[in-house]
Amino acid sequence: MVGIVAYGAYVPRLRLNRQAVYDANKWFAPGLRGLAKGERSMANWDEDSITMAVEASRDCLTSHKAEDVRNIYFASTTHPFKDRQNAGVIGTALNVEQNLSAMDVGGSLKAGTSALIAGLNASKDGAPSLVAAADKRMARVASANELNYGDGAAALLCGTENVIARLVGHHSVSMDFVDHFRGEDAEFDYGWEERWIRDEGYSKIVPPAIKAALAACKLKGSDITHFIMPSLMPAVPKLMAKLAGIGEGAVRDLMGASLGDTGAAHALVMLVDALEGAKAGDRIMVVAFGQGVDTLVFEVTAEKDKLPKRKGLSGWMARRKEEKNYMKFLAFNDMLPIDKGMRAEFDKKTALSVLWRKRDMIYGLVGGKCKVCGTVQFPRTQVCVNPNCHAIDSQDPYAMAGLECSVMSFTADSLTYSPDPPAYYGMITFPEGGRFMADFTDSDKDQVKVGARMRMTFRIRDNDQMRGGFKRYFWKATPV
Amino acid sequence: MARGIKDKVAILGMGCSKFGERWDSGAEELMLEAYKECLKDAGIDQNQLQAAWFSTAIDEVHVGKSGIPLSMTLRLPNIPVTHVENMCASGTEAFRGACYAVASGAADFALALGVEKLKDTGYGGLPGGRGGPLQALWNANGTAPGNFAQLATAYMTAHGVSGEDLKKAIGHVSWKSHQNGAKNAKAHLQKAVEMDTILNAPMIASPLGLFDCCGVSDGAAAAIVTTPEIAKALGKHDIVSVKALQLSVSNGSESGHNSWDGSYFHTTRIASKKAYEEAGIKSPRDEVSMFEVHDCFSVTELVTMEDLHISETGKGWRDVLDGFYDADGKIPCQIDGGLKCFGHPIGASGLRMLYEMYLQLQGKAGPRQLKDPRIGMTHNLGGAPRENIASVAIVGRYE
Repeated sequence: MVGIVAYGAYVPRLRLNRQAVYDANKWFAPGLRGLAKGERSMANWDEDSITMAVEASRDCLTSHKAEDVRNIYFASTTHPFKDRQNAGVIGTALNVEQNLSAMDVGGSLKAGTSALIAGLNASKDGAPSLVAAADKRMARVASANELNYGDGAAALLCGTENVIARLVGHHSVSMDFVDHFRGEDAEFDYGWEERWIRDEGYSKIVPPAIKAALAACKLKGSDITHFIMPSLMPAVPKLMAKLAGIGEGAVRDLMGASLGDTGAAHALVMLVDALEGAKAGDRIMVVAFGQGVDTLVFEVTAEKDKLPKRKGLSGWMARRKEEKNYMKFLAFNDMLPIDKGMRAEFDKKTALSVLWRKRDMIYGLVGGKCKVCGTVQFPRTQVCVNPNCHAIDSQDPYAMAGLECSVMSFTADSLTYSPDPPAYYGMITFPEGGRFMADFTDSDKDQVKVGARMRMTFRIRDNDQMRGGFKRYFWKATPV
Repeated sequence: MARGIKDKVAILGMGCSKFGERWDSGAEELMLEAYKECLKDAGIDQNQLQAAWFSTAIDEVHVGKSGIPLSMTLRLPNIPVTHVENMCASGTEAFRGACYAVASGAADFALALGVEKLKDTGYGGLPGGRGGPLQALWNANGTAPGNFAQLATAYMTAHGVSGEDLKKAIGHVSWKSHQNGAKNAKAHLQKAVEMDTILNAPMIASPLGLFDCCGVSDGAAAAIVTTPEIAKALGKHDIVSVKALQLSVSNGSESGHNSWDGSYFHTTRIASKKAYEEAGIKSPRDEVSMFEVHDCFSVTELVTMEDLHISETGKGWRDVLDGFYDADGKIPCQIDGGLKCFGHPIGASGLRMLYEMYLQLQGKAGPRQLKDPRIGMTHNLGGAPRENIASVAIVGRYE
């Protein structure tokens, strides 16, 4: 029996207040008034779809060993790299490389569900597959998309053991219905009229697809407990459910008011939301629309209640900081030619050969543990750092990304260039041993204190814009 | 312990350029400005120099690498020139090379010259963006103020000092240096400032404000060293000799091992202890007449006075507030204004500190002359609290 064995999610801490966006733009686009409600998630300057997918994957793997994962599928329409496997970065960050097949899935808003179908199929023989989906879509200033989109990620572990949601069946149709597109050179989506999308797209393409999926699963519409279908038009999922005979009460909230639409990730984000509250026996239908339709049906099992606790979508949603500064949103997303000063001009060229040699240290945050004295240290070096040891070639790799640490000393630096000044950084120490001077992220003045408990998070360190945007990733400390 | 070099080397002459934002000068002009004074003071001919040590720390923004820039600028007689770099401790490193050449008998006359031309970068503060390709992948996005600010947070934590008390104490450190710098015509900053101005200055890296940070300056300083015997034979009086030169370099225990609490300089404690031993100083608080220490940041000076074994650990802030290190205090510190006001052209700073000791010991310090100093100690630090080079020099009257 194949299905979902664990889930995880990630939502950036910042939530952009839509009224603040509207207030700034209403002189130009007064028609957006109806959307000026609630908030949308907003990635910090050091987050992209890779970093969010890493966080969601870590959340998902709370209860499982990363090294058991045999396949990673990473769905997004905003992969940071066109040529460099994005899923591979996630694998390295999770310290999984050997016996791993990795694949990026993109090109459509149903990339998340397509990746999930692939992951489930790949896991039929028992090989666990991690399906991560994340999106951080850009939208034009003063557009509806700017208000509707959100940034976020979800991850699902597929397998055959201790399945919490059994795959009942799935069905797909693919057709080139272009409701919107983003060309190779475009930063933003270009969309057609909503009424046409609703009447000629959704209404004519989705109901037959759902019916075919129900037939394949030998179910009726009324058998569905949770109906998940992302759409920028909130009335559409209800309409589709109705046309398929699915009860209105089954239609899941799109989380538009508090999160926004997370693109290719959204179907899976909503699935995690549903799984968190689902009971054994619940049937969940996931529908994603994008040049066709993917439909998946799951049945929640009794194993679900045994799944160890994780932060999950609700946990990350609860970690929230309201952002009313629309200018900051624009600056973080490079939509504002802000004066960064000369300190922003330092060359960020990455020595790829060094990155390869040290990838476990840089992407995996793997330090060392001395076999002689037991001292944990970061980075792992040839000579033990313990002044009373100094043994040579004595260290075993020691993964530190999952360890909690605390602040020994810190500062808020207004001199160094940071997209979000002042830059917080400080010496963090791990109780097991090991310390290093780390950048802090998602940190506020009142949270950063000597002794404050921190966790490590995978983030963008630098963006080499001189060379087309090679992003350097490393781990930062963030308040627990 | 090795026998050391106490009284084996004498300072024959010294020179120091005016420090500051020397828009009029490049590194070459600054070198020559210090060298001319130094050579004249030494009273020898350039052709008598047998070896030279040349210190710069951020040479990529001014002269470039190697010993050639010094040899070319001064048109030295094709003698060995060694370019040394040990971050902000580079100046003392040049002096150490020259002293060791004389002490070993390899040279009768050796030159140490340090220079830094920082004000051609187009922005304030130290040039950034250096470090190797691995460091660039993981080191925190920090600056010197940010690294030293953490000394303050760790010091407060270790000793239970309130933010307010520490801010006042480090404010007093800077206040005192501004008082002193006002009497120094070669200093970068020559204005006394009020405590209120210091305490209310904009934050650079909390808790360090603008006045807690030293100036970034252009400048050069030089010394010619020989043996005391040769100095005497040349008819010199009031000879200043080297009593001790010690260096201690971090090996990663502070930055990588949890035994260090961040509140002190491990290396300074080691280097100063060895220096007292080399100089035969038993009770430094009673025997050292004056200090020039590496006050790159006010808190650095405060903590350093503990690590030099002058103030009790955790009590240095009280000594500071009591005026112990003021010009009229028990042991004046930064009588020339220090890095804070004289300025900090990195490769020159260690030699600049020695320049003040040399002037004071010879009674040539003009309006800031102290009464009858006998032993002067310099402390020149490179790097950050967690990884650094501490170099100390003790000089005194040759008796």
